[in-house]
Amino acid sequence: MLFLFYSLIIFCIIGSIIAIEARNILASVISTGVVGMGLSILFLFLGAPDIAITQVVVEIIVLIILIRSTVSIDNTAITKHRDTFAIISSLIFFGLFLVFAFMAFQGLPKFGEPLMTVSSEYLEQSVSETGASNTVMAILLDYRAYDTLGEATVIFTAILGAFVVLRSKGKKGKKEPDTVKFGIPNIDELSTRKSEEKKQKIQ
Amino acid sequence: MEGMTFIVKNITRVIISIIFIFGIYITFYGHLTPGGGFAGGIMLACGLILLTLAYGKNMAFKKLSDFWASILDNLGALTFWLIAIIGYTGGYLFVNFIEKSNPFGLLSSGTILINNIAIGIKVFASVFAVFLALTIFGRFVSGFISTEEDN
Repeated sequence: MLFLFYSLIIFCIIGSIIAIEARNILASVISTGVVGMGLSILFLFLGAPDIAITQVVVEIIVLIILIRSTVSIDNTAITKHRDTFAIISSLIFFGLFLVFAFMAFQGLPKFGEPLMTVSSEYLEQSVSETGASNTVMAILLDYRAYDTLGEATVIFTAILGAFVVLRSKGKKGKKEPDTVKFGIPNIDELSTRKSEEKKQKIQ
Repeated sequence: MEGMTFIVKNITRVIISIIFIFGIYITFYGHLTPGGGFAGGIMLACGLILLTLAYGKNMAFKKLSDFWASILDNLGALTFWLIAIIGYTGGYLFVNFIEKSNPFGLLSSGTILINNIAIGIKVFASVFAVFLALTIFGRFVSGFISTEEDN
């Protein structure tokens, strides 16, 4: 079983390299989807069906939106040549990151042997305290509901921004000036009105 | 004929109800089985996107226009906040104020079910709105945003 797990991880890495290197944009989008599917099977292997379901569904919807919105734009070929300085510097930083990550991850518990300090308490008491038999949902929406509120706010703000930015045409008509839209009186009209009033007073 | 071919339209007609029922099931039973509001909402949005791709853009605006999508989005977010604020009756934010009974039942977990439904509606509407914004706004503009005659 462990052999299958590691072969899936290698499959995901190869898929992401293809996604970066492919010249055709449709091929790179599809290989991104393949990586997501492999990742969801990995989550199932690790015993996390909640995250696996979310991963599959989000991957499908991202694939649809990417194909629908990017492939129709006709920029399939990359014309710019590779920048060697950028590649060398990113390789150096990636190597440094690997070294420090190896040093930092020595202190973590071993793979498959969690510490179970807080989580054992959740597993024991979640059914009696919240009534939800799915402990993940009990943690997400009862113990840590404030975090979920922040997550929902992030999604809300992102969709608001997308709606504002992607709107191709504004609410205001082209011929209609701003002053009419927001009820601000025109300065020229005001000045003419004042001069007329002055004339009336003089008369 | 607008949309895709005859085969795609018929398969969509058969399969769309199953997709919607599975999405609603995932949303409602999130506290009992794996899933939850986020996954269920995205499944519902997937169903509407399938309808849009198969039948064309007029179908999307007939079922759920961008105006009602944004209103549903706001309603989901407001319901979530409202449940959080009503929790102050029990002492602090997000108190499970509904009485809990019989574990493994549908109405066993108090506010978690309502929160799941609110998140499901919110994610459903917002993901569909993003799909509309990314794919259709450039080519077709509905009455809420602007009309063609204006410009």
